[in-house]
Amino acid sequence: MRYSGLRVIKEALTGHKGWQPAWRDPEPQSSYDYIIIGGGGHGLATAYYLAKKYGKSRIAVLEKGWIGGGNVGRNTTIIRSNYLLDGNEPFYEYSLKLWEGLEQELNYNAMVSQRGILNLIHTDAQRDAFTRRGNAMILNGADAEMLSVDQIKARYPFLNFNDARFPIKGGLAQHRGGTVRHDAVAWGYARAADSLGVDIIQNCEVTGFRIENGSCLGVETSRGFIGGTKVASCVAGSSSRLMSKANMRLPIESTVLQAFVTEGLKPVLPGVITYGAGHFYCSQSDKGGLVFGGDPDGYNSYAQRGNLPVVEDVCESGMALIPALGRARLLRMWGGIMDMSMDGSPIIDRTDINGLYFNGGWCYGGFKATPASGMCYAHLLATDAPHEFATAYRFDRFRRGYMIDEKGMGAQPNLH
Amino acid sequence: MIINHPLLGPRDAQEFTFLGDASLIDRPDWEAEDAAEKFYEYAYLRDNPAGLHRELWFHETGDRSWLVVTRNTLTHEITDVEMASDVARSKGRSK
Repeated sequence: MRYSGLRVIKEALTGHKGWQPAWRDPEPQSSYDYIIIGGGGHGLATAYYLAKKYGKSRIAVLEKGWIGGGNVGRNTTIIRSNYLLDGNEPFYEYSLKLWEGLEQELNYNAMVSQRGILNLIHTDAQRDAFTRRGNAMILNGADAEMLSVDQIKARYPFLNFNDARFPIKGGLAQHRGGTVRHDAVAWGYARAADSLGVDIIQNCEVTGFRIENGSCLGVETSRGFIGGTKVASCVAGSSSRLMSKANMRLPIESTVLQAFVTEGLKPVLPGVITYGAGHFYCSQSDKGGLVFGGDPDGYNSYAQRGNLPVVEDVCESGMALIPALGRARLLRMWGGIMDMSMDGSPIIDRTDINGLYFNGGWCYGGFKATPASGMCYAHLLATDAPHEFATAYRFDRFRRGYMIDEKGMGAQPNLH
Repeated sequence: MIINHPLLGPRDAQEFTFLGDASLIDRPDWEAEDAAEKFYEYAYLRDNPAGLHRELWFHETGDRSWLVVTRNTLTHEITDVEMASDVARSKGRSK
């Protein structure tokens, strides 16, 4: 069923009796050509592009719970391509371009809103660094603009411009950045993939791999063995847990990142803003809640809930930037588990086991990457060669010394 | 989280900074034939378990000692705290 304004009117006039489920609920077949483990944004996007762009069939997405119940439903919904390094910036800019055409491509309202993102500057050194970053973005075809304090005041008059320690001295804006309705991304990809014949199998947990003579033959699941010619892990947050079943150790540690949302307010925050003197980012959802977050908790965790010191730290940063934030009541807070890689950048690659592929290590920046991650992973699965924008995301970059370390932190995952 | 420091008693985890897996104590032999491979594994690969995890915490705003904390990554429950120097010494690392 194609969605359109006309369809909504017709259904409204006929009692909404014509709507169909957006995807099927098939029983797993005994084998597939492609098994994608993980029904999150990246996994569903991979399945969609495998079918759509690369014309593949016999594809299954296995999800242990319900689709979109993991990190695609737990993030702060920001999209942007404001990276510095060559290995990253072309990939994220490609992703942003895919976001721009996503809703028409999927025939699904994902509420892509290019309201702009603004990274605030508080010191001269930061101005130099952000100028360099903006230039790197422009060189890679992205948009970037350095804004003066007056320009920022015109749009965000309520910010704490004259803080004694960290006055706002400017900002790096990417006007094409913004937010997307996160759940709708999973649902849109699921619906589009399903309509191309992809089997989305929920409540199907992968409990192990069947590996013989160095080749992966399929997966053991809570619903029995499913054979697969190519098996693709896409379970960021739980990558180490899953891949340990194939006796693989990864350059990844898992940490918890918390996010927060206030009660619904009238429109106050027109775009996405990030604080440069601490770690704090904030946007306003279309329901009116201020959505914000900060640093991850900084220790290994699979708990999907954080601790109070980080709550305090995030709220202090928020108050330092937006004093009015203190008048809003916090409605909800939650935690998601992040694959923190050793250089802060992701991995989309084959493994040493034939037929077993890996996508993960997204740290806490995976949501914005969803379309490009799906496209590049689909390319790898279909052709056994890396996509042109994902050539740097290889496992062996750590062994070979080609880290993509945006923050320059070294092999210290909790600091990326 | 409260970390029960072997010398100082229960301390708030905020006084500490986290380094990572306690396997970082087991620094490979730089003179070995396979040193490059061993250092790659040492520096970059982690077990990253869901469950009990032995990890290094530094009492940065306290007595500046390193601790080996055994903590459940699913519940954040801390079940054991040792001085990292004792752990290293038991492995013949420190004098």
